[in-house]
Amino acid sequence: MAEELTRRRQVLDLSMLPNVTFATRSLTWWGTIGMMAIEGGVFALVIAAYFYLHSRSQDWPPGVLPPDLTWGTVNTVIFLLSVIPTEWYRRRARKGDLGAVRLGLILATFIGVANLAVRYLELRHLNCDWSQTAYGSAVWLLMGLHITHLLTDWVETVVLTVLFYSPHIEGKRFVDAEENASYWYFVVLTWLPIYLVLYWAPRWLRS
Amino acid sequence: MIFSAISPLFSGHQTPLSPVGPQARHIEHNLLLIFSITSIVYVIVIAALTYGVFRNRAREGFVPHTLVEDPEIDRKATLAVGAALGLTIILLLVMMISSFYTSHSTAVLAQAQAIKIDVYGHQWWWEVEYPIDEQPYRMVRTANEIHVPLGAVVTVHATSRDVIHSFWAPNIHGKKDLVPGYQNDLTLQVDEAGTWRGQCAEFCGLQHAHMAFDIVAQSREDFDRWYQQQLSPAPEPASSQEAHGREVFLTHACVMCHTIRGTTASATVGPDLTHLASRSMIAAGTLKNTRGNLAGWISNAQSIKPGVRMPPNPMPASDLNDLLAYLETLR
Amino acid sequence: MSEQRAVLNDQTFSIVDEAERARHLERIWAEPKGFIGWFKAVHHTTIGKRYMVTAFVFFLAAGLLAGVMRLQLAFPEAHIIGPDLYNQIFTMHGTVMMFLFAVPMMFEALSVYFVPLMVGTRNIAFPRLNAFSYYLFLFGGLMLFAFFFVNSGPDRGWFAYVPLSGPDYGPGKRADIWAQLITFTEVSALAVAVEVIVTVFKLRAPGMSLNRIPIFVWGQVVVSFMVIFAMPGVVVASTMLLLDRTAATQFYNPAVGGDVLLYQHLFWWFGHPEVYIIFLPGTAIVSTIVATFSRRHVFGYMALVLSLIATGFIAFGLWVHHMFATGIPQMSEAFFTAASMMIAIPAGTQIFCWLTTVVTGKPVLKTPMWWVLGFFFVFTIGGMTGIFVASVPVDLQVHDTYFVVAHFHYVLIGGAVFPLFGAFAYWFPKITGRMLSERIGMWSFWLFTIGFNITFFPMHILGLRGMPRRVYTYPADAGWTVLNQIQSAGYLFLFAGVSLFLWNVWQSLRHGEISSPNPWQAGGLEWATDSPPRPYNFLNLPTVNGGEALWDALPDQPVLTGLHEDVREIVTTRIHDAEPDGRDEMPEPTIWPFITAVVTTALFIGSIFRPIAVSIGAVPLAIALIGWFWPTREESERRKRRDIWQKS
Repeated sequence: MAEELTRRRQVLDLSMLPNVTFATRSLTWWGTIGMMAIEGGVFALVIAAYFYLHSRSQDWPPGVLPPDLTWGTVNTVIFLLSVIPTEWYRRRARKGDLGAVRLGLILATFIGVANLAVRYLELRHLNCDWSQTAYGSAVWLLMGLHITHLLTDWVETVVLTVLFYSPHIEGKRFVDAEENASYWYFVVLTWLPIYLVLYWAPRWLRS
Repeated sequence: MIFSAISPLFSGHQTPLSPVGPQARHIEHNLLLIFSITSIVYVIVIAALTYGVFRNRAREGFVPHTLVEDPEIDRKATLAVGAALGLTIILLLVMMISSFYTSHSTAVLAQAQAIKIDVYGHQWWWEVEYPIDEQPYRMVRTANEIHVPLGAVVTVHATSRDVIHSFWAPNIHGKKDLVPGYQNDLTLQVDEAGTWRGQCAEFCGLQHAHMAFDIVAQSREDFDRWYQQQLSPAPEPASSQEAHGREVFLTHACVMCHTIRGTTASATVGPDLTHLASRSMIAAGTLKNTRGNLAGWISNAQSIKPGVRMPPNPMPASDLNDLLAYLETLR
Repeated sequence: MSEQRAVLNDQTFSIVDEAERARHLERIWAEPKGFIGWFKAVHHTTIGKRYMVTAFVFFLAAGLLAGVMRLQLAFPEAHIIGPDLYNQIFTMHGTVMMFLFAVPMMFEALSVYFVPLMVGTRNIAFPRLNAFSYYLFLFGGLMLFAFFFVNSGPDRGWFAYVPLSGPDYGPGKRADIWAQLITFTEVSALAVAVEVIVTVFKLRAPGMSLNRIPIFVWGQVVVSFMVIFAMPGVVVASTMLLLDRTAATQFYNPAVGGDVLLYQHLFWWFGHPEVYIIFLPGTAIVSTIVATFSRRHVFGYMALVLSLIATGFIAFGLWVHHMFATGIPQMSEAFFTAASMMIAIPAGTQIFCWLTTVVTGKPVLKTPMWWVLGFFFVFTIGGMTGIFVASVPVDLQVHDTYFVVAHFHYVLIGGAVFPLFGAFAYWFPKITGRMLSERIGMWSFWLFTIGFNITFFPMHILGLRGMPRRVYTYPADAGWTVLNQIQSAGYLFLFAGVSLFLWNVWQSLRHGEISSPNPWQAGGLEWATDSPPRPYNFLNLPTVNGGEALWDALPDQPVLTGLHEDVREIVTTRIHDAEPDGRDEMPEPTIWPFITAVVTTALFIGSIFRPIAVSIGAVPLAIALIGWFWPTREESERRKRRDIWQKS
């Protein structure tokens, strides 16, 4: 029974490939992009609905003042400034700089608190009620959607901060830190058009 | 030609393939054009498939792909597919242009001297008004039945008082939705005398199935006579039975919802009954307007159209009889 | 040697070692056993099978509901069921078919089970999300039926127009249940869409460049993109509806600036792509079966892929054709007619390519191919009547009549269900390891096909004779009775055909002929696994040399090596050319997706009774998600030792 017990074959050896990969080489990154596309689509449609309702009405905003500019603008400034520390810790994460990521996440946590606090003030100065007009409903829905993302991102940041002080730190967690920064960019980038729509469109559309 | 063979299938008073007006006629022609082109294409495609499959089929099981594929044949096939695609595009353009032309044709009826009719959709009946611009308090108001003179252009202004309905009289024209918050117009013309049936064509709740209406096309003289009659208030009861009948009407729940002009009943929740007896159907085209049906409807509308807004009205038989006698005077 | 790339080598291996490797991989990738183990499963074939069975059960339930409708409609002015129950039944029929059967089966079930196998990897991307998406789908369906059984099923039609479904005219919780069912199924579909895209982008076998991706996979990728861009429409429409009903918002109230048609625009922005989301997987199946059974690479690969993509795009430009009767401006009418007819061009391209494949091949007529032939006969009729309804003037006559009911059943059943039964016959051996009976298969095919045509063809005529849709009864003198009775009789054939199919499955699972790995001698990678596949899918992860991997393989087609096999490690590849790019680890079985799904379900259902449930439910949801993602000590220590960072 002299069988051929061994054979030869061509193989592609993968053992040199990295397992800690960032951005487009990371599966999580693509998942996050997918989520952004979905939520971005939701925002886009609500904004479209806002303008559709405008096209069907004479008075805009109907019978109320537009939202007060102050707190919305303050929050927009905070969002824009937050890009600096975010980009910093994102880049340090790619290098595995534990100290920088820890500091960056703590900063992000406090910035998030500031955003949430100012967001609360914004809500008190929207000058409309969701149950009185379709306009009010649209304004509050846009705000509500963004708040959901702001809050979710902040909770994720807090959890990640805690994680970075635990003994679980290895390469994959730095990829998570990069994801966290990307999600924050999503929150900031979606805020800009919403800010323009909620605060400026009624002023521009009136004239 | 094909159509004349199957047209007996489509005679009738609620079908788009028995057009009685110019718009339905244009639409029917477009439909038949599309039908002809698509059925011929379908037959050719299926014939090609059937022939190809059965001529080439393997009798010996799974042949390896290397014995089947041939780049030369694929090259020729590319040309054939390209040609088929080109033909498809041409045929699609033909049908598209025909549709644009038909849309245009159905929209060009002269509107200047159109008779204006306001239709309000309700769950589950059609409120119909013929407004007179110069005399806003005087108008023809009826329900579920629209009269039009032969050959006249009529514009229906339609909206809904509650949910979305759809006004559809297929022998005459395509449908138009009655959407709350919107005013939709439908311009019609009927060239053949008769009663043409329409039905609500947008699901509107429990009794969507029983929300029909009639369009009665008549000569100008008959229409004018009907119109004048509809303008007049209800006649005074002639007999004591009829007087008692009116009494029954005025002292029961009827006055909560119905108007009879010439009496104190002026509620507008339900159909205007001033000329109830002039209508051929009741309950939005559900029943013929006969004494027996009316009796059943008044006693318990719920058993005929469950969910309708009209409550049961139990009453002694003599009261009901008198009421019916009165209602029969409302021509 | 410090280069971070894959290296081609020769390897000597022994049969005995391979057998040992197989046993070892079996242990590493095994699905958990036992009762609790059922709730921890994360392998795509397990979840895929669950999707298939669950979606099919919903199909059967919705089919039974249709039987009740046909019974009521068999007699004019019948009182077998009243309008309230009828309205719930037709709404349930449509809602269950569209949201709980069609998309979950054609898209989720088939792509979850087959895409990872077809691209040559060991699991789908984001396996825990995959498990979570299944539970959400299941719980949503259970919620819907639970409320239906207590007389609170939705009753406003499967698209629930306002104001009929709104706070003023839709009392009770019925429309809320409908709106929340949407939430369950849409989250589920969106999750799978992201998984499919990431799997196909990043987990393909080396050598599977873009032009070698199987058409089936292309189809599901296009569908995934459509899901991502279309679902937000129904998310927004149903959320606004739910808010109007429960939180006193005024989106759809014209009295204070709201708009009734806003709902329709938002809904149909989703609704039109939705039907292509259901249909394109059908075309993907047809491309696959036609190639295998015609014994050649499918003709016109490039044209077919471009047709899929074109259909995906154009589908987003058609939605107003559902609103032709609402009073839209004539310019819009013209545009949407043109676009609606234009989409026939990629569809026609596909049909011509398939026809060519069959006609230039050597077709083998077995059950899967018969279902594909049935698809051609039936779907093409539906495509033709699609041109009728694309034309505005014709549509204004046939919209909301039985003509349209005929149209969409011809395209949906012809375009999805026929290919689906073909897919079952084709892939049953792969999924179960046994062949279905040809004889019973042919009987069920003919009964179903004949029954389908008897039931649905007369509806074209009925619509043209004036019968509107969604009516619980009709007058005796309308001239509609005979056609209705023929249609109801046809249902019996459909019932028989489906029952025979179930019998076939039942019998074959027990006594069917044992199947080899590749009974149809097909070319796809899924046929390179065992029947059924082992939990690790491929003993040796493959590389690929052509569009039909097995037909185009070199005599010594390289396999992958060098991955850690004591953990669930897989290779990631580049999007455009599938060159190996990195390594990643798939998660092990875990209970967290199930727990998260339960918490999410409680939040969703609670919120339709008390909106505050969203805020309250967010806390346990956050906890569940933290549990899901928190790493274990063992995992972190191991990775710390072995991490190789990308050089960038």
